Amino acid sequence: MIEARIAKRFPPREESGAFSLEMEFQAGAGVTALFGPSGAGKTLTLDCIAGFATPDEGRILLDDALLFDAKAKVNLPPRRRDCGYVFQNYALFPHMTLRENLLFAAERWPRLERHRRVKEMLERFHLGEAAGRRPHELSGGQQQRCSIARALIRAPRLLLLDEPARGLDAPLRAGLYAVLRQVRAEFEIPILLVTHDLEECFELADRMLVVRGGRLVQSGPPRKVLDEPAGVEVARLLGIANIFAAEIAALDPGRNTSRLRLENGELCGPYLPGHLRGDRVWLCVRARELRLAAPNGSRSGPNQVPVRLERAAERPHGMRLEFAGGIAVEVSREEYEAHKDNKEWVVEFPPDALRVVKSRETSG
Amino acid sequence: MTIDWFPLWLSLRVASLATLISLAAGLWIAWVLANYHFRGKELLDAVVTLPLVLPPTVLGYYLLVVLGRMSPLGRLYESVVGQPLVFTWQAAVVASTVHALPLLVKMARAALESVPHSYEKAARNLGASEWRVFWRVSLPLARRAVGAAAVLAFARSLGDFGATLMVAGNIPGRTQTAAVAIYDAVESGNTLVARVLVLIISALGIAVAYFANRLEHRKA
Repeated sequence: MIEARIAKRFPPREESGAFSLEMEFQAGAGVTALFGPSGAGKTLTLDCIAGFATPDEGRILLDDALLFDAKAKVNLPPRRRDCGYVFQNYALFPHMTLRENLLFAAERWPRLERHRRVKEMLERFHLGEAAGRRPHELSGGQQQRCSIARALIRAPRLLLLDEPARGLDAPLRAGLYAVLRQVRAEFEIPILLVTHDLEECFELADRMLVVRGGRLVQSGPPRKVLDEPAGVEVARLLGIANIFAAEIAALDPGRNTSRLRLENGELCGPYLPGHLRGDRVWLCVRARELRLAAPNGSRSGPNQVPVRLERAAERPHGMRLEFAGGIAVEVSREEYEAHKDNKEWVVEFPPDALRVVKSRETSG
Repeated sequence: MTIDWFPLWLSLRVASLATLISLAAGLWIAWVLANYHFRGKELLDAVVTLPLVLPPTVLGYYLLVVLGRMSPLGRLYESVVGQPLVFTWQAAVVASTVHALPLLVKMARAALESVPHSYEKAARNLGASEWRVFWRVSLPLARRAVGAAAVLAFARSLGDFGATLMVAGNIPGRTQTAAVAIYDAVESGNTLVARVLVLIISALGIAVAYFANRLEHRKA
């Protein structure tokens, strides 16, 4: 279990404004993703935990070991922190073979134990045949596994991963995810994963911490975060394409519905507990949850909005359609084909897909 | 007439020793300058650079003040070794070392700083002490550039004239190095000796510069 409360301030510089990091979180065994845009302070958080950066204030506790405490003036050096760290470019020592890299990390044990551990790690991560090669002679997947094995060989109490999938092609990425799932299953330690890839969070994370501008803005299982973004900024970070300002025009708990007034029209939504009539809110809908409807006949159905198509782009999994008014819809190729000869386009907003987050002005 | 080869041998011996000593001291200083932030860091850098910018005679004068028979350091040396330091070949080693040190520190610092920081971070993260980080990671990764620095430092100590003359004097057969011997030979109209020594020193210089370049630019 890692418990961290970190505050660190940076004065404004020529190239960037002032930045401050204020994070407080706990993470137990399993994968916790630090998710956010670049410059949000994710890697800085890892560096504070590993001891490469010193917070101005706060306290970092790993199991029963106090790694850092500003008040008590405790600040363990990196080598005594028991944190495995997988660096972005792996940082495998280029002048050592793979086996030497592992031996370097296992130095704390006597000779026999050291070799036993290296052998075990080589087997566990299928590196046996590559053990005598230098990093530049290894494949990308081998480098990746070696850096993870090197971080784990010291039996750390925490594993830190700094954007391990950055710049990897799809097969390497899939390989990495498989290895990390293996690590999660075999080592009962907290794993902190820095990423700005939502799919990676879903792929690996038990919990995600959304970081923005040096602050923790939301935490929870990825599914829950995506379904209930805590604010419009989080919704944007999660890549929710349709975000509109709206006002709650009516709330009907009896029929479990609500009416939302948008700039140009009204939509029917689910009942919104915790909101009041007249609240100004943000309406968030993912592009994949919108549907196309036939322009005539059932035209009067609920939440069907005629719109003008501005752009249709092919995507790996279908089509992305962009309509006037900033509405984006992702549909399958077939659904697009079925509608593309229509004279006009109608987008349907399924009431269940409408998510509402409070806007700043009303949340006080 | 026969040429006295003693100054050449003495120069090689002095320069070799000076290179070793400045390598030991210079690497340590370079490591500290490259890796740590502390108050007075820039001052340390400036003091180390001083021999590069001062006239060699001024440097020699300071060394005389610090190491002379009246100074605490000079007396300590005399009581331990049994003879004064100044006007011995050992004093020439000291002068050459101080003369070569700035170059070595500057080049070694650049070499150590050019090692990607992530390797040192990784080593510290993997439980390595600073000593181990230096010997097992930083130095091996910077070895070519550090080697080039050592070779150039050797050339520089070989060429010291002013400081050596000030603290070691010009005692033929005892403290007369090649650089001083050339001056002496020209002064006394001994052109043959001067020419031979000049040619040898030049050849050495070219070889050293070539070797240093190759070390630095050849890829591992």
